[in-house]
Amino acid sequence: MHVESEIHFRDAAAKALLDPQLRANFRRAMDGLISKRRAQFPDPRDLQDLRDLSTAIRSRSLLNLPDLLEQLEASCRKNGIQVHWAETCEQANELILGLLQAKGAKTLVKGKSMVSEEMHLNAFLESKGIEALESDLGEYIIQLDGETPSHIIMPAIHKNKDQIARQFSQKIKDAKYTEDVDELTAMARKVLRQKFLDADAGLSGVNFAVAETGTLCLVENEGNGRMSTHVPPLHIAVMGLEKVVARLEDVAPLYSILTRSATGQAVSTYFNLISGPRGTGEKDGPQEVHLVILDNGRSRIYADPQLRATLRCIRCGACMNHCPVYTRVGGHAYEAVYPGPIGKILTPQMEGVGVRHDLIHGSSLCGACAEVCPVEIPIPEILVRLRREATHEDAGSKVEGRGTGRTATEDWAWRLWAGVLKRPTLYRLAAWFATRFGKALPTGAPLIKDWTRTRTKPVPARRSLQERMRAEGARHD
Amino acid sequence: MTNATADARSAILGRLRASMDTGPLPGLDTAVLERRAWPAAERVVRLRKGMEAVHTEFLDATPADWPAVVRAFCDREGLKNLLFGPASEAGAALADAWTPGGTQLLPYDRPVETFKEELFTGVDAGFTDTVGGVAETGGLLLMPGPAEPRLMSLVPPIHIALLRASTIQNTFWSAVKSLGWGRRLPPNALMISGPSKTADIEQTLAYGVHGPKRLIVVLVQDLS
Repeated sequence: MHVESEIHFRDAAAKALLDPQLRANFRRAMDGLISKRRAQFPDPRDLQDLRDLSTAIRSRSLLNLPDLLEQLEASCRKNGIQVHWAETCEQANELILGLLQAKGAKTLVKGKSMVSEEMHLNAFLESKGIEALESDLGEYIIQLDGETPSHIIMPAIHKNKDQIARQFSQKIKDAKYTEDVDELTAMARKVLRQKFLDADAGLSGVNFAVAETGTLCLVENEGNGRMSTHVPPLHIAVMGLEKVVARLEDVAPLYSILTRSATGQAVSTYFNLISGPRGTGEKDGPQEVHLVILDNGRSRIYADPQLRATLRCIRCGACMNHCPVYTRVGGHAYEAVYPGPIGKILTPQMEGVGVRHDLIHGSSLCGACAEVCPVEIPIPEILVRLRREATHEDAGSKVEGRGTGRTATEDWAWRLWAGVLKRPTLYRLAAWFATRFGKALPTGAPLIKDWTRTRTKPVPARRSLQERMRAEGARHD
Repeated sequence: MTNATADARSAILGRLRASMDTGPLPGLDTAVLERRAWPAAERVVRLRKGMEAVHTEFLDATPADWPAVVRAFCDREGLKNLLFGPASEAGAALADAWTPGGTQLLPYDRPVETFKEELFTGVDAGFTDTVGGVAETGGLLLMPGPAEPRLMSLVPPIHIALLRASTIQNTFWSAVKSLGWGRRLPPNALMISGPSKTADIEQTLAYGVHGPKRLIVVLVQDLS
C-alpha cells in the first residue's frame, strides 16, 4: 500500500530558503556553535579516543538494555523513586496526568525535556486544565508564541533579539520594550521565579540514568532544571528507554563529550545528580519523585542491528549545527520534534518511513553529521537504508511503514530501466536516441522537471561511450 | 504499579529481550581520561582559570581565616543576611566566628515549606561547603543534605562556597571514583561551575537567569 507523505519537507524548505531573516539567524548561530565546538577539541587524538570510549559505553548500554532497565528500576525503587513504564505517548500522558491529579496539582513547571515534546505533553495537560509552563529561557520564549523548538539544545535559535523584545513587551505584564539581552533575561527571571515558588509539581527530562546507583543526571546552565526538580513537592522525570547507562563513572566521559559537542562548553553550569526524593532529615527537595520510562517505537528500532545505532544518540545537536541543509532551512521546516540529521533518521523510524519519506530524502548524504557525532552514529548509512526500507518490503525487516513509500511512477521507471538494460538491442537503440535527441527533451517534461527545478538539465554526450570506443578501433573480445 | 504500566513494562522488556544480542561487550579504554592529570598546585590554577572564565569570583583564604574572609565579603557587599546550615561542620565554624552586627546569619534549620516565600524574596546569599573540585574544567562538587539543604546553593542571588585546595581532583571521572559516588549517592549531589547563565537569546551570554547571579568561591590554601 502506498501512503502519501502528508508533510512535504521540500515545500517547507523552499519556503524557509526565501526568508532572509531566518537564514541569517541560523547562519550566525550555527557558525558560532561550530567554532566553539572546534575550540573544545584542540587535540584530534583526544577527540577520537573520547569518541571511541563514548561510542563503546553507549553500545554496551544497548547490548545490555533490558537488564540495565530492570537494574535501574530496582535501584530507583530502593532510593524511593517510583518507576512507571509507557509504551506510547498517550499512555505516558495519561500516567503523568494521573500522578498530577492524585496530588491535586494544577500547575507544572518544566525543565527542558525533548521526550515531553515528543509526547506533546503541554497541549495534553492544558486540555485537562493543568498549566504546563516551560522554564528554560528558550523554551519559555517559544511557548509564549505557541511555537515548537527549532533546535533540540537551543529551542529559540530561529528568533533574534528584536523579535524576542517585541514579543516580551506584548506578552509579559508591565514589560517595557528593550533589546538588551540582560534586561530581557531579568524579565523572564522575575516571571519564572514566582512560578517556581507557586508550582504544584515539576517535570524534567533525563540526560543519563545510572542503573547501578538509581540516579537521574541532568545537564543544564540556567538553574531552571534544579528549580523544577527541587522546589515543587512533586518531581516527575520522563526518559526514553535508551537513556540508561551502567555506572556513574561511564557518565563522566559522555557528559564531557556532550557539553563540548553541543554548545562548545568544557562543562555546563550545573550537573545535577538526583537519586531520590527528600531524605530523612532533609529540609527541602520533592516529597515524591517519579520516573516515567517511554518506549514510543524505540524497542522496534532496537530490534534491527543496524538501525539500533540510532539509539546511541545523546542529543547534543552537533549533527544539526554542522548540517548544510539544517543551517539553511532551520528546524521548523522538518515539521518534526527532532529536526536535523538525527531527526531525519529518528522521526521516520518512529512515525513510519512511508509517511516521513520526505525527511529521508532531505539530505545530500555529505556526511558532516557522522563526522562530528560524538557517538559515531552512521547517519548517512542509516538514511540510505531507510530509503530502501521506504520502497521495499524486505524479509525480516521490522521498520515501521516499510514499503509504503513506493509509488507507481517510480516502480514503472525502474521496471523500464531494468527492461532496457537487460536487452542489448533495446539498450543500443535507447542510447542512440538519447545521444541524438536527448538535447531536445523539454525541461518541463514530467519527471525531468523535478530534476530541473533546481538543477541544469543533463545533456547527453553526442556519441555514446560504446560508439566512441568502436570509432577508436577498440574491440570487445 | 498499576495494571497499565505493569503491562507496558512486560511488553517493552519482552520486545527488548527478544532482540537482544549475546555478543561480547566492546572494551572501554579510559586512557584518554587518565591522561588528564596534573600536580596538586596546578590543579588549583586550572580550576580557578576554568571557573573564572564563566564569571566565578575567588577569595583567597587560609584554614584559620576563612570565616573572617566570608564575613569581610558580606560586609563589603552590604548583605542583609547570609543563609547557612548550622548543623554542618563549616556552618558551625562560621557561626562560631560570626560577630554581631552587620550581615545577619540566617540558619536553614526548618522545612522549606515554613519559609519558602522568605527564601525566594528575603535572602541575600547562601553559604555552603563543598566536597571537592574538578581541575580539568573547573567545577565544585556539592553534596546537599540534612545539614546543608539543596536550595541554599540555588535560590539566593549570591552563592558563597568553601573549597579546600587539597580536595581538588583531576577530572569529574576521577572525582566520582575517589568520592565513591559510583557506589552510593545521597538523594542529591551536583557539580557547579559558575553562576547561572543562558545563551538562549541570540547566543549572547547572560548571567543570573534562574539560579544565583554570582558565585563566590572561598579558596582555602591548605596544600603543604
